[in-house]
Order: sequence, then C-alpha cells, then structure tokens
Amino acid sequence: MNLDQALQTYIVESREMLEAMETALLGLAHTEGEERAESINAIFRAAHTIKGSAGLFGLDQIVEFTHVVESVLDHVRDGKVAIEDALVTLLLSCGDHIGTLIDITESTRADPDESVAQAGKPLLVRLSVYLATPPSPALPAATLVVEADPADFARMGHHGINTDNWHISLRFGRDVLRNGMDPLSFIRYLGTMGEIVGIVTLHDGLPLADEMDPESCYLGFEISFKSEATKGAIEGAFEFVLDDCLLHIVPPNSLASEYIAMIQALPEGPARLGEILVRCGTLTAHELDSALALQAQSEQAAPIGEILVEQGRVQPAVVEAALTKQKQGKDSKAQESQSIRVDADKLDHLINLVGELIIAAAGANLVARSTRILELQESHSTLANLVEEVRDSALQLRMVKVGGTFSRFQRVVHDVSREIGKDIGLVVNGEDTELDKTVVEKIADPLMHLVRNAIDHGIEAADVRIARGKPAKGTVRLNAYHDSGSIVIEVGDDGGGLNRERILAKALERGLVESGKALSDSEIYGLIFEPGFSTAEQVTNLSGRGVGMDVVKRNITALRGSVAINSAEGVGTTVSVRLPLTLAIINGFQVGVGHSVFVVPLDMIEECVAFSAEEGHDYTNLRGQVLPFIRLRELFDVEGQKGSRENIVVVKHAGQKFGLVVDTLLGEAQTVIKPLSKMFAQVQGISGSSILGSGDVALILDVPSLMQQTHAAKSGDRASVSA
Amino acid sequence: MTTACLPIEGEMTIYRAAELKQTLLTALRGATSLEVDLHGITEIDSAGIQLLMLAKATGQATACEVKLVNHSPAVLEVFELLDLAAHFGDPLLMPA
Repeated sequence: MNLDQALQTYIVESREMLEAMETALLGLAHTEGEERAESINAIFRAAHTIKGSAGLFGLDQIVEFTHVVESVLDHVRDGKVAIEDALVTLLLSCGDHIGTLIDITESTRADPDESVAQAGKPLLVRLSVYLATPPSPALPAATLVVEADPADFARMGHHGINTDNWHISLRFGRDVLRNGMDPLSFIRYLGTMGEIVGIVTLHDGLPLADEMDPESCYLGFEISFKSEATKGAIEGAFEFVLDDCLLHIVPPNSLASEYIAMIQALPEGPARLGEILVRCGTLTAHELDSALALQAQSEQAAPIGEILVEQGRVQPAVVEAALTKQKQGKDSKAQESQSIRVDADKLDHLINLVGELIIAAAGANLVARSTRILELQESHSTLANLVEEVRDSALQLRMVKVGGTFSRFQRVVHDVSREIGKDIGLVVNGEDTELDKTVVEKIADPLMHLVRNAIDHGIEAADVRIARGKPAKGTVRLNAYHDSGSIVIEVGDDGGGLNRERILAKALERGLVESGKALSDSEIYGLIFEPGFSTAEQVTNLSGRGVGMDVVKRNITALRGSVAINSAEGVGTTVSVRLPLTLAIINGFQVGVGHSVFVVPLDMIEECVAFSAEEGHDYTNLRGQVLPFIRLRELFDVEGQKGSRENIVVVKHAGQKFGLVVDTLLGEAQTVIKPLSKMFAQVQGISGSSILGSGDVALILDVPSLMQQTHAAKSGDRASVSA
Repeated sequence: MTTACLPIEGEMTIYRAAELKQTLLTALRGATSLEVDLHGITEIDSAGIQLLMLAKATGQATACEVKLVNHSPAVLEVFELLDLAAHFGDPLLMPA
C-alpha cells in the first residue's frame, strides 16, 4: 500500500498546478480572444483536477473550498461572469489558500482541520458574490461549503420517491482498495455534486470468513441521486476508478427500458435488482412491475429506436466530454514524455562519480603516456574525450532555467504594485539562461529583495513620473545572460536613480567614509550595501529599514558571486549580480610555481605570454596596454629560486584584465573541484583544491579575489596573504 | 451463555484490515454471543465496513449473536452515508 507515495505525488502535482494557475491568471490581462479562452480553460482544469484528486484522498476541506472556486471559474468560462482585476486578485488569493491547505496536508498527512477552514471563509463569501444566482437547491455544494460541516450527506427517505433523479449503479472491482482508493470517497464526492436521495449497499459478493480477503473490495452500490450535474460530470467523478469498477448511469426520466438494460447488465438477478431499485427510490413498485412486464413482451416494447433517440439527446454532451478527456490525455502525455522527475540526491551522487571518473582517467592517462605504447595512448585519448562529454552532460542535468525563478516575480510585482498604488510592469529577458540548481535556489531571495527595492524606492509615484516626462507606468527589468564563465542577472528600473549626494551625506553622517576622500560613483553606490544603511525617507513594511542590502550582498558573496550598481539620476538604476556558472567540475589550466601546481579556470584565461617587465614594477606592457600582474611566487611565498624564464597568464574577469606570473605552463586538464575544509576558508585567493592524475594536490586560484588584490595593490596598500 | 466483548480501537481501515480480521474471527470462535464495542474507532473505511459485515455474516453462520454497540461518530457517519443501519440492525445511539 503506497498510498503515502501517491499522496506525495498529489501534493507535488497540485503545487505545480497552482503555479500554472497563478501564471495564467497573471497573464490574463495581456491575452484576448482565443488565447484568453484557452487560458481560462487551463485555469479551470487546474482547479478541477486539484479538486478531483483531493476527493480521492478524502481531503474534504480542499474539495469543498476548491469546488466553489471551480464553480466561479465555470461561470467565467461560460461567459456569465466577466474576468476583471478584482476577480483576478481574488482568485490569486484563493490559489494561495489552497496552497496553504496543501501545505498542511503535507505536514499532517491528513485533511486540514476546521480552524483553517475559517481562514477560507471570507474568500468564499467574496466568491459567492460572483456565483450570484439565487441559492437554489441545485447548488447544494455551495451552501455545504459555507457551513463548513464535516462531510455532509443526504439522509434517506426525507424526499420520497422521485423519478427526477439519476440512478447510479456501482460494482467495485476486487483491487480497488489495494490500488489506494476507497469507494467511500467517491460517494462522499458525489454528495458535493448533488443529493444522495437513496442508497443501497450491496455485499452479495462478500464470501465466508476463510475466503474473504480483508484487502479486497466486495462492495457494490445502487444510488438514487438528485443533481443538476450533467452525465459527463457525474461520470467524471469516477474517472480515476473507471478501470476498477462497473459503472452504470441512468439519467432521470429515462425510459423503463433503460433501467431494464442496466438490470440485465448487472451480475445479480433481475428480481433482486428490481427490488433494490425500488428500495433506493429510483423506481416505484408500480413502475418496476410495468417495466418487467414490458421486458417480457420484449419484441415490440423495447423500442431500440427510442432508446437511440433518447441517447441521441444525451450524445453530444457525452461525446464532447469524451473528446475533451482524450485531448487532455494527449496533451498530458506529450508533456510527460518530455521530462522525468529525478531525486536530487541521485543526481549529486552521479556527479560525484563523474568527478572520480575524471581523476581516475587522468591517472590512467599519465601511466599510458609513460609506456609509449601508441595504441594505448590513442585509446586513452578517445577515453578522455568521452569522459569529458559525460562530464558536460552530467553537469547539464543540474542546470535549471532562470525563467522559473523570474516568473515568481510576476506575482510579486503584481501584488506589491497594487499594494502601494503604483502602476508597474515587469519585463523579463533571458529566461532560458541556465544555472546550477543550488545557485538558483539561493539567489531567489536576494533577487526578490532587489525587485522589491526597485518597486518601493526606485520607481517614483505616477505624478512625479509624468512631471519628469516618463510614462506613468513604471518598468522593472529582469535580465540574465552568460559572460565569460559567469552568469549575470540584472535587476533594473526606470525610476529616479540613486541620489549620489544623499548617499554620500548619509555615509559621512554614519562615519562610513572620511570626509574629503574622493570616491568614484560606483564606490559611492556600493556604500548602500553597508549594514544599517538607508536613505529612505519613509520606512515601509517592504524596505527602508536598512536591513536588506547587506544581507543581499552577503548571500551573493557566499555563492562566490559579486554585485555592482549602476545608476543615473532621474533615469534609473541597474543592479548587476554576477555568479559563477558551474561549481563542481571545470576546465582548468595548470601552472607551476616552484614545486607547486596551481590551477586557473580555463574560461577566465585570455592568453599566455612570456614574462618581461622591469624589476620592482608590478605591471607590464601588453601590446600597448598596461597590464597589472601578481607574482604568485611572492603572493603564496613559494620556496625555492625563481626560474630563469617566467610566464604571465593573462586572465580576464568582469571586463578587466590582469596577469599572473608563474614559472611553467603545464597545460589544460579537467579539474574536479574539491572544496577546502573550514580551516582554510579564510585563505584569500584560493577557491578549492584538486587531485592531479599523479596524486598530488593542486590549489585552484580564485581569480576574482586575486583581482581585488591587484586593485588594492594599485592604490598603494599592500595585501599580504597568510597561506 | 458467554457474552464476549471485543473493543476495537483506533483506525479500522485497510491498513489494519488483515490484523483486525484475525482479531474478529478469533473472538467469534467459541462464543455464542459477541458484542463488538465500536466507541474507540477514530476512522473507518470500506475495508472496515466489510469486516463488520463479515463479522455479522459469520456470526449468523455459526449461530453466534453478533451485536455492534457504542458506535463512534466516525462509524455513525459512514453508516449513514451508506444507509447501513437497517442492514446491521443494531440500535444506534446518536450523541445528544
């Protein structure tokens, strides 16, 4: 019985559907005509599926709440209710509430309790306004929900015999229970669509004690059901169990012949069945007698023609339902074949193994080279190529598109701009840019903060914007792209820009800078990352308290990234976040300094030149341009004498070049990054270590950090490194 | 005339169906009268209902009188949903 696993899948899928619902709702304003109709359909289907599946697990709270949402959406679909801003906001809130219910279900593994239902009541009240139609008995589901009673159910006999009811016959298969479903949930679910006027539980199939298998299902039901629902809707209630049961539905006011046909199709004897039908109220005894009499006269009285006509009336709707289901089936199949869910742990394990594979192959390669057997060397070369491809594929598996994170911001912009009364739109570029899964997860919060800042402080109020000649609607831009081994994410706005003077003044006030010191623009803008810094005149509940930006910077630095700000007063601001692309295995370039081997990330290397500079200077002339450099021997205090010939490895990072002076150039190699232990975390300039094919350890250089040191060196301070 | 009493506690669902079937059948063996006390049942599903039906049917076959007593709210709800009161024939005491 893996009901638990099924529930887990339900939770994950419901969340996905809620996300899809949210995206579609937010996008509705931009669509029209057929596209809009399709969006509305998609939203309806999402709600419907969440409700249906919840019914299977007996999650009545979710069923009841989602049912009302679905009803409103149904009205929208039929054009009875127009979709406008207030309704979109309401539906978004409903989506949130459903999400909360699902979260509770996940942690308690059961139906959420009453108190949560209370939270949903105000939403339900607002939803019922859209349902508008007088609370006729035809919508017992709506009143059910508002009272929030535990699974309400009809009592038999209070409504007398009534042929205006549907008759539903159910014979559940043996394996229903084993397959994780319970007839009770379907019957309860029926109760939300209408009223169960009469029900007879059949247990004829229940064998004697010795034969009875406690996990098999022997039950059947004959139900008299009063409802305004269509045949398709009623059938839909049993969609998930159709394979495991015999289902007959006879619409109200059907001909006697239809009941006869059903009786004949069922395993029990006709007399018994007739008796059951009377008992549950579908037929009166009189009607039953005349029907049986008719059957006896079968030839002329079974007007197949009439049955067909009767069925002909039912057909279009049923056919449409079947076609829609088919189409949905096809659609979902197409999507299914495009992706597979994989455990993140398995992926990590795979990448670890690939890392080991690379090291082992490198070792084997070294040995092969020493043997001088040509064929061996050739096959190792082939092997090395394949290993590299496997590495690339494996790392690609962890790459996730940024677009997923960006789409979350649509909702934020939507909600926040309404909250503070500014009209703001979000423009997104580069959603297909990929980065590592862990980075994506950790970058979401800092980006969120930056977006909130842009909305709150960046974009001015509408009247101010118009006075400045800007469009009243503000724009926040999200952009992502790759740049020399890093990924850059920009958060920009066309607001008022940063006020240089105010920042400087505040910084002086706080003692963060000495007065009289000349600072470049970017340095001044960088001050806003200091803890506790804020020039906001008003503190809102979003920002302004000065606790955000330093945390943002810290989080980004923890990911070995960097952040920079560009701004023009009156025009706008852009915050650029730069993050390393891959974390585990990179193409490296090995260099020798004394007896030590260092590795430089290959994609940061521009070129290698022979070393020529005057003694005592820390820069050289590279084709007419000044190139500052660092002598690694000095920096890391490597023992031994300098070689007669040295080389400079020219590296480029964030648009700036500088050089690393080394003794020997050893060549390219795939480098598996092994992180340094905590003891060495403070070391500047080293980002990790790697095991060479020979078994020796090489240290991987942290180029951005070295670059900062060259700048520090340039402005006259000497940075010393304790290795 | 020994009236055995068998209380059932907790969830009477498919998860414990096999175990409870054994418990019921053991209690029925050799008894001429059995009272199944349902007040401790917190949840009951179709499998549970089948077991109660089995108990009744087996009792009838072995001339043992089986009575269901002290139906808990969970049991009452399902009995009413499926209209089983008549089938089992035991008096149902609705909580006040």
